[in-house]
Parts: sequence; structure tokens; C-alpha cells
Amino acid sequence: MARRTYVATTINGMPTEFLCEPRQSVLEVLRDELGLTGAKEGCNNGNCGACAVLLNGQVVNSCCVLGVELEGADVTTIEGIADGENLHPLQQAFLEEAALQCGICTPGFIVSAKALLDSNPHPDEHTVRFWLAGNLCRCTGYDKIVRAVLKAADASGAPVP
Amino acid sequence: MESFEYLAPRTLAEAFAALGNGKRSLMLAGGTDVIVQLRENRRSCDQLIDLKHIPELMAVDIRADGGLDIGAAVPLAELYGNRDIARRWPGLVDAASIIGGRAIQSRASFGGNLCNASPAADSSPSLMAHGAVLTIASAGGTRTVPVDEFFAGPGRSVLQPGEVLLRVSIPPQPARSAVFYHRFIPRNEMDIAVASAGVRLVLDESGDRIASARVALGAVAATPIMVPAAAEAVVGQAPVADTFAKAGEAASAAAQPITDMRGSAAQRKHLVSVLTVRAFEHALQRIREGR
Repeated sequence: MARRTYVATTINGMPTEFLCEPRQSVLEVLRDELGLTGAKEGCNNGNCGACAVLLNGQVVNSCCVLGVELEGADVTTIEGIADGENLHPLQQAFLEEAALQCGICTPGFIVSAKALLDSNPHPDEHTVRFWLAGNLCRCTGYDKIVRAVLKAADASGAPVP
Repeated sequence: MESFEYLAPRTLAEAFAALGNGKRSLMLAGGTDVIVQLRENRRSCDQLIDLKHIPELMAVDIRADGGLDIGAAVPLAELYGNRDIARRWPGLVDAASIIGGRAIQSRASFGGNLCNASPAADSSPSLMAHGAVLTIASAGGTRTVPVDEFFAGPGRSVLQPGEVLLRVSIPPQPARSAVFYHRFIPRNEMDIAVASAGVRLVLDESGDRIASARVALGAVAATPIMVPAAAEAVVGQAPVADTFAKAGEAASAAAQPITDMRGSAAQRKHLVSVLTVRAFEHALQRIREGR
């Protein structure tokens, strides 16, 4: 076993330190070392998006990034999306639009959609669908998810360009 | 996944020192291929060398001469997120915006896509159509290789042990030219090309004749291929459907595809003809619209 490496990072706004082996993915570190089980393991090869997190504001598949790469980084997981007890507009819209069934893909969709709305507060439907192409859902057929993201964009109060 | 050590050199000199320490090394750029390959035991190494802390590999430089230098580990999303690059090199965006989904594009790079050396890689035909040149560095110095000559077979390139792909350089593009790249996949996004084509169309001063062209195909041979015969078929001709059809025929004739789970050889031969014709049409439209 390779020596475990000390990593200092920020996760959901909290300075966080952990030890991990170089071969451990960010997903494994989050779930197995830090108890943050919101990010889900689907394919574990970068296809399904269930493990999506924000890394320095960019959406990434946490199965395709190593824990040791987080040194000095800023990470947001699904656990850091809500403002305390107040759901993020995306979370609220997913509930109102029933944009989930089994729920395994939902954390990845919400994290990925947050990255979209952070960079483009009022995307059109095509943009939403293209952006979320790397998130797979086997339950909903996607329409409800796309509607929820568009609704959250409308509800965000961001100025319309 | 087997164990390995992780190194994050801050300079090229540190990277070369690590490469020379006798251990079996693999390079880490975005990691969207190599981490999965390590996990699935398709590759193994003693040490994984993260190149993303080396400034040269993360640099983007729009050169004064009209060219573009792209550090080998620059994420795809950073490229197409740059308004100047997106406006001036739409043929690069064609490829960068369809390699995996958005979460992949936050990490994946042209350099990594090239070094993975898949015959179906989306970056290759686009970069070949642009006439891109690769700079390869080692402890002994640097050398340049046209991207057309970089691939040695499926998963293999001309990179030698101890060498690092440093940057991808797009030379200044000719006046009245445009590049267009696209692929065929059976779904809308997030798939690997069944066949693909990238072309550069250059019109003469009158705008009525084709001055030169470059045609590159993906997923129809052991490596991405240039098709000089397709370019020769259109030079001096009017940029019209009959002309582009000749290029399509030449592309189909040059393709040497296999039959696999993504498509049959016959389908791929047909596809590259259609893709080549349409790529010329789209490139022409870009020139006409001044893009």
C-alpha cells in the first residue's frame, strides 16, 4: 500500500483535512473517509454524473479526480447546496416538479445544474439539456428534470439579460 | 486499483527528474481517461505524475501572429469558455464541446485526448484540419511534430519514454478559411464517434474557387487519418455540391474501417463520405458568415 498522503482542502466552506491513498478518488474520499455520502457512485467511470461535485466552481465527476488532487482546492458537494434549512431553488424546484423517482441521480443533477445556473442564470431548454447530457437518469425521462431546472432559473430572481 | 505514488511537480525540470528515476510512470492531466484505465487495470504504473501544476502545460496564449498555443493540460471548458478563442477558432470548439459531458470538459484536455490516442478521439481530426503542431519536451530539449504524424496505432503515439507533450499550437489560419468538425453518433450527446470528419476549406481571393483544403477522418482506421486525395479533389474547383461530393468519395475510398460494436465497416465508409461533404458545407457557411 502506498503511503497515505495528507491533504488540506475546503469542503462546503469548511477547512477540511484528510489522509488518503493516491489511488482513492474524490468520490471514495468523500464517502468513505469524510462521511459525505450525498455524491453517489453510479458507473465509476465518468459516464453517469451521479458523483458530480463542484471543484473550484467547475462541475466534475468526483470518480475521475483523485483525492490527492484536492490539495488547496475548494469543493462543494450536494450537502453544501442548501443554505442551512433553506433549500436551494433547484432543490425546491426538483420537489415541486417531482423531478426524481429513485433519487440516485438527483445529487449529481442538482450539483451540475447549479454550475449551469451559476454561469448562465437564464439558460434555454436546449442549453439545459446539452449541459446535463453527462447526467444519466433511468427513471424520469428527463422532462421533469429539465422543467425543474428552468423553473429554478425563473425563481432565482437573477436579472434577465 | 493497484497502488501507485502521486507526484505533483511544479516545474518541467522536476517532472523530468521524476521521469528519470527508473519507476514506471504515467502522466496525469485531466485524468478522465487515465484514472478510469488505472481503476479498470487497463494500465498500471509505479507513479502518476500530475502535470497540472507546471505553468507551461496550463498556459493559453493567443499569439500576436494570429496563432494559438494551448498548454497540453488546459481543460476543454477553459478553451471554449474564452470568448476570443470561441469566436476565432470555432473548429476547435466543435471538438472541445462534445468530448464527454460538461463535467468531463472541466478536466479533460486536448493534450490528454491526443496522448490517449484513440482512433475515435474528437480532438484529432479538428486539430489535424487546423494543421496543428505539437511541442514535445524531454530532459534533452524539445522537438515538434505535426499532429498528423503523432499517432502510431490505437492507444499509441510517437511519444517516447521520458517525453512530455508540452503544448498544441494552432498556426495562423489562412485568409478566407474555416474549419468544421463533426461526428456521427447514434444518440445526441455523450458518445464515442462511429465516424468523424474535420475539414479546413480555404477560398481564393475571388471567393469563387477553392484555394486549398485539409480533410481528416476519425474512427475509420487504426489512427486518425489525413486524406490528401479528398483535398486534391476540390482544389481549383467551385465550392459547390458536386465538388464536395468528390471529396466525400475520396474520403470514403481512403477509409479503412473495422466492424465493431459501434458500427459496421460499410456503414463507416458511407458515413465518412456524408460527414466530409457536410463538413465542407458548414465550413463554407462559416466563411460566408465571416466566422
